[in-house]
This record gives sequence, C-alpha cells and structure tokens, in this order.
Amino acid sequence: MKSALDQRNRAAPVLTRWIARRPVVAFVVVFAVFPFVVPYKALATQVLIYGLFALGFNLLYGYTGLLSFGHAAYWGLGAYGTGIALAKLKVGSLWLALGAGLGLAVLGGAVIGFFCLRRRGIYFAMLTLAFAQLLYFVGFHLADWTGGDDGLRGIDVPPLRLPGITIPLDTSLAFYYFAFGLVALAVAALKRILDSPFGAVLQAIRENSGRAAACGYDIGRVKHLSFVFSALFAGLAGALDALRLNVVPIESLYWTTSGQVVIMTLLGGAGTFFGPFVGAATFLVLEDRLAIFTESWPLVIGAIFMAFVLFLPKGIWGTLLARFGA
Amino acid sequence: MPELTLATLVAQVFTGLVLGMILVLLAIGLSLIFGLMTVVNFAHGSLYMLGAYLGFFLIGYTKSFWLALVVAPLLVGAFGFGIERFLVRRLYGRSIDDPLLLTFGLSLVMIEAARLIWGKIGLTLDPPRELAGAVDLGFTYFPLYRLFVIGVTVVVLLALYLFLEKTNVGLIIRAGSRDPLMVRALGFDLGRVWLLVFGIGAALAGLAGILAGPMRGVYAEMGVTIVIESFVVVVVGGMGSLVGAIVAGIVMGEVVSLTTLFAPKFAEIMVFIVMALVLLVRPSGLFGEAGLME
Repeated sequence: MKSALDQRNRAAPVLTRWIARRPVVAFVVVFAVFPFVVPYKALATQVLIYGLFALGFNLLYGYTGLLSFGHAAYWGLGAYGTGIALAKLKVGSLWLALGAGLGLAVLGGAVIGFFCLRRRGIYFAMLTLAFAQLLYFVGFHLADWTGGDDGLRGIDVPPLRLPGITIPLDTSLAFYYFAFGLVALAVAALKRILDSPFGAVLQAIRENSGRAAACGYDIGRVKHLSFVFSALFAGLAGALDALRLNVVPIESLYWTTSGQVVIMTLLGGAGTFFGPFVGAATFLVLEDRLAIFTESWPLVIGAIFMAFVLFLPKGIWGTLLARFGA
Repeated sequence: MPELTLATLVAQVFTGLVLGMILVLLAIGLSLIFGLMTVVNFAHGSLYMLGAYLGFFLIGYTKSFWLALVVAPLLVGAFGFGIERFLVRRLYGRSIDDPLLLTFGLSLVMIEAARLIWGKIGLTLDPPRELAGAVDLGFTYFPLYRLFVIGVTVVVLLALYLFLEKTNVGLIIRAGSRDPLMVRALGFDLGRVWLLVFGIGAALAGLAGILAGPMRGVYAEMGVTIVIESFVVVVVGGMGSLVGAIVAGIVMGEVVSLTTLFAPKFAEIMVFIVMALVLLVRPSGLFGEAGLME
C-alpha cells in the first residue's frame, strides 16, 4: 500500500501530498467557523454551496480531464427537482425533496453524459454546452412546472427531521449548518472516490487516456461514471441553492451558470482538492465587492479570469501548493 | 397558427435559408480556425456582436450601409488578428482546453464592454433604402434584404472556396491543417498563416453580425445563442469540414424555421434534438472523418 502511494507521489506530488494531509478535517475546521469570519452569513452559505458545485465540476475537469461547459444543467436539474417537489408536488419531507433533485441530476448526467462522451476532446466541451442550452429552453417553455421566465417561486423549506429530533431551518445560521453537514458528507465522499482505485483510474485517464485503455480499463465506462458523480455533486449544490433562495431562477440553467463554475474552479485551482472552495470564495467576494463600485463587474472578473488562464493556470490554491511544496 | 398554404411554407423555407446563411458564415470561421489551430473560439459570438455594433456605428458615421458592410468585417478581422497574436498565440502547446477557456473569458469582457459603450438597450439597424421593400416571387412576397443576405453569403463562400483551392496561400492553409509539422519543415511560417486564418474567421463572423443586425436586432448578448447553435452546426457537419459546415448550417436554419411554423415552442429545442440524433447515428458528424482531429 505504501509503495503504491509512493508511485503516485511521483506522478502528482503536490496533489497526493495535500490529499495525504486530511483535507476533510481541514474542510470541517475551516467551514465550522466560516460564518463568523466573513462579513455576513449569507455569503458563507453561498461559498459553501458554490464550492460544492465547483467541487463536482472539478471531479470531471480537474481529475478526469474532461472540460464541461454545461454544468448548469445538473445544478439546474437539482434545483428544479427539489423546488418542484416542494412547491408543486407539496412534498412535506426535506429528504424526499432533496432526493428528487439528486435523482433528476443523476438521470440528466447519465443521459447527457452518454451523448457527450461519444465525442472526445474539444467536441466534448461544445456538446455539454449544447445540451445545457437545450435544458434551458425546455425549462423556459415548461412554465407550468418551472415557472418559466419568472422562475419557480413558493419553495418552503420543511424542518429538518432526524431520528428523535426536528430542527426548523428558518434562521440563516441553522440553514448554514444544515448545508455544512451535507457538503461535509459530499467532501468526504469525494475524498473516498479519489482515494479509491477508481479515482486513480480517473487521474490516469487525465494524464494519458490511451495508456489507461491499454492497461485494460474500460475508460468509456469510467468517464461516464465520473460524469454522473460530477452531476450528482452539482445537483446537490443546486438543490441546496433552491432551498437557500426559496426560488429557482431560470438563469440556473443558463450558460452563465456553467461559466461561473468554470471560472471559480480555475481561479481556485483545477485538479486540487481544496481549490474549488478557494475559487468560489474568491469569486463571490470579488463579485460582492466589485458590485458596489461598478455595474460592469463581469468585465473585471472576465479580465481576471483571462489573466489566470494566461499567467496562473494552476489557480490560487494550486500555485500556493506548488510554491510551498505542501 | 396562420393558415398553412404553399406560399407561407415556401416563404418559411426562404427564411430558414437566410438563418442558415448566417449560421454557415459563423460555422465556417469556427471550422477553419479549429481545423488549422485546434482552437475553439468561444469569442466567435462576440465577434459577431462586434460586427453588428461596428456596422451600426459606421452607418451612423458615414451614412452609408455599403461602406459599413465592407469596413465593419475588416475591422473585426483586424480585431481577430489581435486576439490571435496577443492572446491565443501564447497558449499553443498547452492543453487544447486553454484557448477555449481564454476566449470564454474574452467573450465575457466583450459583452460587458459592449454594454458599457453602446448601452444595455438593444439597437435597431435599418436595411439600406435600396434594399427596403419586398420582391414578388410570383406566389409570395419576400423581403428584398433577406434575398440580399443569401446573395452576399453565396458570393463570399465562392470567393473563400476559390481562395482556399486556387491560391498558394490557400494551399498552405489546407496543408497546414493536414500536417503542420511538415509544412514547417518545408520552410513556411505557419505563424503568419494562423494569424491570417484567425483574421478571416473573425471577419466572417463580423460580416454575419452586420448582415444579421437588420433582421435580428443588435444587442450585447446577441452572439451567445447563435454561437452555441454554430457549435452545433460544426458538430453536425463534422469539425474541419467546410462542406459539412455549409450543409449542416442550411439544414439547421431550415429546422429552426420550419419548426417555428408548425410548433413554435420547439423551435430552439429542435436544433439540439437533431444534433443528438446525428451523434447517435454518425458520431463524427455528417461530413467528418472518424478520429480526425480529436
């Protein structure tokens, strides 16, 4: 076991060393106190949820090497699944509603992944974008279910029912810690996935897919599975966001949402475990601060993003890791 | 739904052809740039938008649609030179995804800059007086300007074909997309060819923008939906295939236009359904060769 770890140490030293330092514990410690560190609690919840979104995107792009430009699809399916369950079907159970969102996102990921993975390379990015746009138009026209252009309104968050205890989620702090619990589970699950032999195959595909295939791995199936897992995380993030906002705007499915998660992940550092959270926090704080000064904040964020692609492709966290050899 | 007669059907087929022409102009540029440099230019839609806005500005400034029709695409082409020379060129040799990411950032910047410069409210671009009105096709009337768009596109495509097939530069471009290393070994400066092709692609997008302006309006996000549709056209036609881009562009234009006639709600969705079907039957696109440039 030790020698297998050493082998991977040579392939991706920074990554493996960081993972070896128990990122799940680090996540729990940082985000347990996070709402008291940032200026206001709503921002903390947003960072948590968008960080999870970027985490899911990063599984596909950072670890498997597949650039999806359509992750709005799974975020939106998760949000609408949960939102429709609560607002239209009047489901009383929080768990059932979350399950509806996750189920829809996984289903969407499985079907869209099947189509997109028929083409490799750069086609893949264009196809994911096209399918997300398809869902946007479907959401737009299916107004009876989705509220169309006005968004899906009237999502009431039921209390959290655990065995023996019922906790209302009506304060922002209660909701933060509810989301924190779920995101921590997701982070632990992702760590487990990446540490498994399956996770090693994912990274082998990223480094050299021909060689991974030659080693006897069914890379088509592995990529598809990675796609579905990625959709699952994005869907959970979308579902949580529907609960946070009590509304699902149609923009959830729009290409701008897909773009946002791409920007966040690259700002933080694609292919690093913690990068997505660093990127989400950077993006949201920047957006928050810039919006005070100028309406044209996307211009500034776009320019910063371009500078990162050109000069700092490892992102903030990735660069720190590389510099300090952590 | 309006009463369906042969005349409305034919008129709708013509409308589809016009949309198809705009898609062809965009998809050909994308396909050329991709074929030679394996760069997917996400900012292509923003170049289309830039062409329309520059057209609007130049028409106001020079009072001549015709001058604007020539100058706006040239300016957009020059802008394309700049993108290749100062941005995309830095990324050759890096991951194939990086130029896509960079041009995505660029398109965000361009859309927001257009909002700053020209305002958030859409503008209307009037067709020139010579092209106002409609032509009597015998069974129905069709706007003269739309026929003009078809004519211009055909002429431009013909010129592009002759350029690629009959000139020495065209020969180098075609050779460069097949085997860049060999072309370099023969002593040609591919850097200049890349610059030229990126400029041509950008100019075609700019032309599509100014042509589409009078029909579809001019606004900052005008390029986003259509660039995604152009991606679909390129995928359906087969990446790097010019014939594929033309055929798929026209087919997609007709698909949108005819669906609008029969089931308007499905108009935007049908494009993607056709794409999914093509992917199932022919994953490499109608005219693409399997395994080429992946």
